[in-house]
Formats: sequence, structure tokens, C-alpha cells
Amino acid sequence: MKNISPRTIIILLVLFGSLLYVLPSFHIDVWPHKKINLGLDLQGGMHLVLEVEAEKAVESTIERMGNDLRRELKTNHVKFANLRRVAFQIHLEILGQESIDKFNRLLDEEFPEYRIAKRSQSSDKLTIVLDLPDSDVLEIKQKAAEQALETIRNRIDEFGVSEPDIRRQGERRILVQLPGVKDPQRAKDLIGKTALLEFKLVNDHHSVEDAIKGKPPIGTEILYQQVFNRKTNRMSKTPYLVEKRTTLTGEYLTNARVNIDSQYNEPYVSIEFDKKGARLFERITESNVQRRLAIVLDNKVHSAPVIQERISGGEARITGSFTHEEAHDLAIVLRAGALPAPVHILEERTVGPSLGKDSIRKGVTSMIIGGILVIIFMIVYYQVAGIIADLALALNILLIAAGLAGFQATLTLPGIAGIILTIGMAVDANVLIFERIREELRVGKSPLAAVDAGYNKATLTILDANVTTLIAAVVLFQFGTGPVKGFAVTLSLGVLASLFTALIVSRQIFDSLLFNRQLRSLKI
Amino acid sequence: MQFIQPDINIDFIGKRKMGFSVSVTLILISLLSLLWHGGPRYGIDFAGGTLIQIKFNVPITVDTIKETLEPIGVTGASIQQYGDVSNNEYLVRADISYKKLEGLSEKVQAVLIQTLSDDTPSKEIESPPLESSEASEKTATTQTTSKEVVTQEETTLPAEVRRIEMVGPQVGKDLREKALMAMFFALLFITIYISGRFEFKWLISAVMAVALMGGVYFFQLLNISMPFLIVLALIMAMALFWFLRLKYAMGAISALIHDVMITVGIFSIFDKEFTLPIIAALLTIIGYSLNDTIIVFDRIRENSRKLHRDTFDFVINKSINETLSRTLLTSLTTMLVVLALFLFGGGIIHDFAFAMIIGVLIGTYSSIFVASPILLLWK
Repeated sequence: MKNISPRTIIILLVLFGSLLYVLPSFHIDVWPHKKINLGLDLQGGMHLVLEVEAEKAVESTIERMGNDLRRELKTNHVKFANLRRVAFQIHLEILGQESIDKFNRLLDEEFPEYRIAKRSQSSDKLTIVLDLPDSDVLEIKQKAAEQALETIRNRIDEFGVSEPDIRRQGERRILVQLPGVKDPQRAKDLIGKTALLEFKLVNDHHSVEDAIKGKPPIGTEILYQQVFNRKTNRMSKTPYLVEKRTTLTGEYLTNARVNIDSQYNEPYVSIEFDKKGARLFERITESNVQRRLAIVLDNKVHSAPVIQERISGGEARITGSFTHEEAHDLAIVLRAGALPAPVHILEERTVGPSLGKDSIRKGVTSMIIGGILVIIFMIVYYQVAGIIADLALALNILLIAAGLAGFQATLTLPGIAGIILTIGMAVDANVLIFERIREELRVGKSPLAAVDAGYNKATLTILDANVTTLIAAVVLFQFGTGPVKGFAVTLSLGVLASLFTALIVSRQIFDSLLFNRQLRSLKI
Repeated sequence: MQFIQPDINIDFIGKRKMGFSVSVTLILISLLSLLWHGGPRYGIDFAGGTLIQIKFNVPITVDTIKETLEPIGVTGASIQQYGDVSNNEYLVRADISYKKLEGLSEKVQAVLIQTLSDDTPSKEIESPPLESSEASEKTATTQTTSKEVVTQEETTLPAEVRRIEMVGPQVGKDLREKALMAMFFALLFITIYISGRFEFKWLISAVMAVALMGGVYFFQLLNISMPFLIVLALIMAMALFWFLRLKYAMGAISALIHDVMITVGIFSIFDKEFTLPIIAALLTIIGYSLNDTIIVFDRIRENSRKLHRDTFDFVINKSINETLSRTLLTSLTTMLVVLALFLFGGGIIHDFAFAMIIGVLIGTYSSIFVASPILLLWK
């Protein structure tokens, strides 16, 4: 070759570049170090969409508001009755003119952020409904979703999954993708656990049996302890009558660790409180010696030891019949903190690694078979030109692979289908050109002129035809989730690659063949 | 080598009445099948529910699976053989209400994995299922029952749960609407492109598309059902094409709707499920069929400049014949790979490939018999 055209240089550069990007995927470590990401459906793993029940966060804020209010009213000797939370509101009655005056002052000074939703007064009874302004409610919901995302991220980081993908989806949804996770159930427990740790005093004045039969006394509730006996495979359930009021929660936690009980050789979780929590804990234990304190996690009693003496120093232990894994996971969720609101699973897709391997094998098999059929067909039908088209096809697949690695896109099973489809459709551009060239040859043009005219006439058609496929692919990308998105990516890459290979690469091969050998005839 | 002789001259346009009646019949059959089946059969992606793919290491009957799963609450599940009989692979699909479903999939897994390992109780069972605080008591009881089942069945059924998919009804509905929107937008953008490229009416078609999009968005806010809205918008679009004389767009869109409807209809006749990959297939069919259509249109545009003295009928027929070789060849190569996918691609891809096979056939047919003859409507 005497003179190298700029087009040849571009082609060689693209070829070299795409080789660089493809090689790392075949365990040959070269510079860009970018491997093709396999989707969850190919490598196995778990895809979860969670919804944060943000209303619950608002409810608990309002509940807390009610408690604050109750405390303030009591310390200021305001007479009130029927203080209760109804949905997102606090209802209460103030009795006596003196109390009403005091209450009004208190409300202005101590609780300026509360909104008065309704207020009606008859002689010396004031009925009032309080709530939070809409903007505050919205903010609480927003924060709940953000905080839930953060908490879940922390938990997964501690759990140790390689390359997890955790992100907000819409207003209240969280997308969690855990590739290659071995124990999906355990991961799901870890993510979904609210992990609200509460300490509640056990009510020993009433019998639990009576409370179960009738109604629990005011201010108390029945919670259960569940113990799974590994020897008998049986679950035993013990009811506890506990006070509704929570004395201490997990928000004062600074650390949680797994320890092994030396006596029974069973794991337990030891927790440490911060200064304020330690002081609270000390005060509770001091004034309730000989009573039982239930340790409640997500409304389930874990244990209810009797308080023997005042405990200072801010350390407590959560026992229960834990396996080591359970204790380990509990420590993680306690350290990462409670979710601000419960979450529930909207969508789950778990693929085992064996199925993924199967899918890859089958996908590659059909790609090879389909590819070989097309290659043979092109050579039989177009002879020399067919070989050129096949070269372009090979480059096409290389370019798609390089594109996947380069853009760090994810290859999914439908994505493989997309590549296979591209093999069928990529030769289309060449077919269009070759048919044109044949037409021009029939009119009696020389090979060189025919190739030239064929390309010129076919280029615009090919562009038009491919742009529309690209439109469909882009829309698909916008709408699709996971695997379907992968299909859109390979389809788009395939269309772009086939434009390049058909209009530039195969043209160049034709040109150099015709120029250098001065071919009289063209086998097409 | 040549399949189609260069001087071929088939009178496609003369046979267009026949083409139209074939198309109308096919569409009617599709609609009837859809009516008969009460709409498309949605997979769990769109209907919500749980899908569990289980591979057994020993031959097993559907009834045994049913009996094993029933005590843990998987009642009324449909169980299907998956792939080859020798694979012992099954798909279990349950339409249990969403709230009950939480934590259920892992119980199924637990029961089966438990039965797989005869010697020691598996860990999956020990960890309590995920549950909301209010429901703790209720789920606790179901869990106890699940353990009893395990101990009874421990000796048989070595099994591997290979895939679990659970989609809540809300997500299913969202995905359904998104899929419809995707089809609609794809069609709309494509018409803008065609009107722009073939008739230089970029502005008018863009304005029309924006108006349609705005309308759909507005009515969506009024909570009008999405399928109804999309159908309405498509009818509106067709009417607008007619009055604005956007004939190429009209031809292309008619062919695309034709292709999608018949593919959907054939899916319904074979009682196959609509899943996300099928939507991908439908959109690909749209792209593919359009590919064919545009190549014929392109030739019509070129020939009508060259042969402006001939009638439009003649020009169209000549263009179809000139591109016939290419149309069939491309369909052939695409068919080759799609068939390879259909035969060797495995279960998940199977239906996708099936949709593509139908789409390639119908798309090829429609670009010859539907899209181009429509251009003659304005004569």
C-alpha cells in the first residue's frame, strides 16, 4: 500500500482501541482494566425494590409530639384529658379556665411549630386538635426515605457484598442490587429489619393470661418472645405483658458487638450507650430494681431479665438463642441504626448462579450457531463481497463488546439476545449496499464506479433505516429496567457499530481491493 | 447467486385488496382471541405475583410439588414443566395477595432446600421471615406450620431453587403503564422522523407530537386508564396524519400498529405470557419492520423523482420489486439468528425469540402489502 488514507488510520485506531477494551474481559489484563459487567440474571444475585412506609415515620413523630406535650402539661400542672393520637393528629381536652390559659401560653412558648387544626371551647372545656404543617410532614417523609437509604447502605457495606448498587428510585422507593449474594434470605433480613430497639418494663401486677383473654389494662400491651428450639425444630412463644411506654430506645446506641457467653457458650450482642443513654439506663434500673425489663426488637421480646441492681456505665447485653450469624447480623443492624420507618419489598428477583451460567452458555451457543449460519450464507450468496461483510460483522461484535466494557454497561440475557439480533440485522446494511452495487453493475458500470455509486445511493437509506431502530432502542432504554435496559444498550451499540462497519470499514476494504489490484470484475 | 431475478415484476399493488383483506382478517382474529381470553395474559412483571423456578434432581410430578407447597400457603399455584422433560425443571406461579406474599418466597425455598439436605436442619429456616411489626403474630404461626411440613417431608425431593421473582401489584401496574407509554412514545418519535425526512414536515409533525404527548400527560393526571388513553391518542394521531396529509407517516404507523397487533394476537392465540422481554421484542419488531418500510419508501421517493411521468401506482410497484431481493435477504438472515435463539437460547429467551419470529414475518409482509399501498389512499 503506497498511501494510507485517513480512513484507514481511523479504522486501525478503532480496531486497536476496541481490542484494548475487550481484552480485560478475557482475563488479559491490559490498560483500561474495564471488564464487561454481567447483569444479575447472568451472574446470579438479588434485585430488590423496597418501599419506605414514610407515613409510619410521620406517625411516630406525632406520637413523640404527644408524649412531649403530655410531659410538659404534667410538669406545669395543666389539667387535661383524652390526649391521644389519631392518624397524623393529636386530640386533647383541657379542663378549667385556669388550665386553658396556662395551656395557651405553653403552646406559644414551648411548641410554636405545632399547627392548630381545630379548636372549640365550651364554658370551661377546650377541645383542641394539633398537627404539623404540611411542609413539615413532607420533610419528614423525605428525610425518612433518605435516611432509610443511608441506613440500608451502611448495613450492606458492613455485610460485605462486592459492588452493591443501592439507590433511590422515585420518591419513596429504594432499589437494591446485590450481585452474587450467596444467602439472599439473610441479606433480605438484614436490609428489611426495622431494628427498632426498645426497653420496656414488664407489668407484673396483672396476669398475662387474663390480658390475653380479655383486654390488656390501659397503658400496657402484649408482646411475644419467640424461641426456636433447634433440637426439636419447634418454635415456642411466650407472651409478656409490658408497659406501652418505652423507657429507652436504640437511638442512644454507640456500639454493638458480638460476644460469646462463657457459661453457656452462646453468642450474645453487647451494646453500649452514649452518655445520655447511659444516664437514662442508670435511672431506669435504679428506680425499678427487682422488676423485669423487656428488651424489645421490632415488637418482639428478646429477653426480659430481672433488674438486680442499678446499672451504671451504659452497657447492656441482648441475649436470646442466637446462632452466630444471627448475632453478627443483629450487631450490624444495631450499629447501622434503626430504619426511620419500616420498609416492605415491592419487587424481588433472585437468580441463582447456576441458572446464570446456564443462560450464558445457551446464549453463547445460539450466538455462535446463528453467527456461523449468517457467515456461511453471506459467503455463498455474495462470494468475495460476502467475506468482506463477514469481516465487518466480526468487527461489529468486537465493537459491541468494547462498547459494553468502555461505557461500563451491563450485559444481560436479553442483552445477549440483542447482540444475536444485531448479527442478523448488521448484515442488512451490507446487503443493501451489495444489492445496489449489483444493480449498478447490471447497468454496465465498471466495478469501481459501481461500488462508488452503490455506496453513495445506499448511505442515506441505511442512515434512515438505522436511526429509526435507534429511536426504538433509546425509548426502550428510558423505560426499561435491568435486563431490558441491557437489551436496549446492546441494540443501540449494535446499530451504531453496524453503521460504522458497513459505511466505513467494508467500503475501505472494497476500495483498497479495487484500487490496488485493478480488478476487472467483482465477484458479488 | 441470486434468489430473486433482477427483472422481477410482481403486481403487488394490483393485489393490494387481497393484502388488505388478509391483514384485516388477521387483525380481527387477533382482536377476537384477545376478547376470548379477556385481554392479554400478563406475566408476573405486569400482573404481580410470585414466580419460582425449581430444578429437581429426581423425576417428580406436578402433584407432588403442589402437595409440598400447599401447607405453606402456596395454594392455587400453577405449576408448569420448564424446558425439556429430562431437566426436571418446573415453574411455580402463584397469585397470592401481596401482603401474604412477603416472606413466602423464602419459605418455599426453605421447604425445598430443607428437603434437599436430609441430615441437618438448614439455616434458612431458623432465621425468622421478614415481617411487618403488626403481622408478627400471624406470620409466626404460619412459620410454625412450615416447620412441621419440613420434618415430615425430609426424605424426598432434592431440589434447587434457581430463580425467584416477586412483583407487587403496584409495581406490576407501574410497569404495565410504562410499557404502554414506551410503545406510544416510540411510535410518536418515529413518525416525527419519517414526516421530517420524507416530507420535510419537521415542524408540523413535531408540533403534533408535542400536542399528543401533552394531551396524554394531562389526561393521565385525571386518572384516566392508560390503555384507553393510548388507543385514543393513536386514533387521534391517525386522524391528524390524514388531515395533514402526512402519508408516509401514516403508512409507516399503520404498518407498525398492524405488526404489533398481530404479534400480540398470535401470542394470545398461543396463550403465551406478556413479560418485560416481550415488550422489548415488540419494540424491536417496531424498529425492524420500520427498517424494511423505510427502505421501500426511500426507493419510492427516489423513483418518483426519476419517473415523474408514470403513475404513482407504477412507481410504488416498481420500488417494491426493486427492493424485494434485499427485503427478503435481510429477513432471511435475521430469521436465521432468531431461529438459533429460539432453538438454543434457553427458556427465558424462548418466548422473546418466538415474538421476534412472528414479528420478522409480519414485518416483512407489512412493508410490502400494508405500508406502501396506504400511500395510494390520497390519490
